[in-house]
Amino acid sequence: MEFWIELVVSVFLVAGAIFVFVGSLGLAKLPDFYTRLHAPTKATTLGMSCLLIASMILVTYQQGYLSLHELLITLFLLITAPVTAHMLAKTAMHHKLEVLDKTSDKALPQRARERMTPQ
Amino acid sequence: MLSIAIVIATTLVCVSLVLNLWRLFIGPNRPDRILALDTMYINSIALIVLFGISSGTTLYFEAALLIAMLGFVSTAAMCKYILRGDLIE
Amino acid sequence: MKTKPRFRLLPMPVHSLLLFIVWLLLNNTVAPGHLVLAAFLAIGIPLLTAGMQDPQPSFRKPLLTIRYTLIVIGDIIVANFEVALLVVGPSKRLNPAFIAVPLNIQHELPITILASTVSLTPGTVSAEISDDKKWLYVHVLHLTNKEALITLIKQRYERPLMEIFEC
Repeated sequence: MEFWIELVVSVFLVAGAIFVFVGSLGLAKLPDFYTRLHAPTKATTLGMSCLLIASMILVTYQQGYLSLHELLITLFLLITAPVTAHMLAKTAMHHKLEVLDKTSDKALPQRARERMTPQ
Repeated sequence: MLSIAIVIATTLVCVSLVLNLWRLFIGPNRPDRILALDTMYINSIALIVLFGISSGTTLYFEAALLIAMLGFVSTAAMCKYILRGDLIE
Repeated sequence: MKTKPRFRLLPMPVHSLLLFIVWLLLNNTVAPGHLVLAAFLAIGIPLLTAGMQDPQPSFRKPLLTIRYTLIVIGDIIVANFEVALLVVGPSKRLNPAFIAVPLNIQHELPITILASTVSLTPGTVSAEISDDKKWLYVHVLHLTNKEALITLIKQRYERPLMEIFEC
């Protein structure tokens, strides 16, 4: 295998795995639910994209034809991650989960739960 | 170099799965547990993709796609269930 | 908004193209047999499902749509680095906040795209939308300047969407 293809695939693999790990680390260590919601929606999505791009390059090189079907999973995750985050945030507001003390504008979740305007 | 990268990536993804499992156990509320489960779905897709790379086959693509779809549908269904107490209104 | 289909054979041209591409990607091939099957599905499924569709504003400016997609992909990468640094750093330094962003667009599809973009990009997650579709509630992981963030969302993401959908 050519050196530079191996290099690119390895860099994508390690970068993707680091992003996936950071997403899970944020899920484990951040203090309240709303901040925990940020890490998996963003970091894990980009990490998965990196891993799938690495797989795409490697399969294309090894099999000798253009292999694009990993793009399908990437697109699917990119479309579904915000929807999941939105539904989870909605659920958390409905259940009146406690918000971190230093969060500014703690009155807004109550307004948002009733779907009213802020003032 | 590629084999070392695969080992590093697999290790990181497995540690992430353990962290998700921890959050699934302690997670103080139900939305926390749903979030941990959703992240576990995505991390298991990562593990499947890494296994496919290391074994040199593309047979696992369909499995990864199915897990992605079922993960999203089950997360949405669980959110809706604890939001409204009912799935089909 | 017009609800009458523009072509009788292809009631939803964009959906047909998407189905065609997705079928070919699923099978990872451009063999002639799969091209025929993809064309059959791309024509048949929209004919069956066109009646169930709510009328939505359509994409008027394809070039602007591609430009918007590229901007968002670039922002996703930048935002990921920022969020990764915030997550790894000490969580005492975080400054989370809820903010309400006033919306100018009124239709459902553009608001959905805006909310998804806001969820994926600059350290924010869209949480709820008010009943009259005029306010988007957003949770911010690390708030430094509220006014600047609201103008960023409105200028960088909402205005291109208004141009694309012409509403």
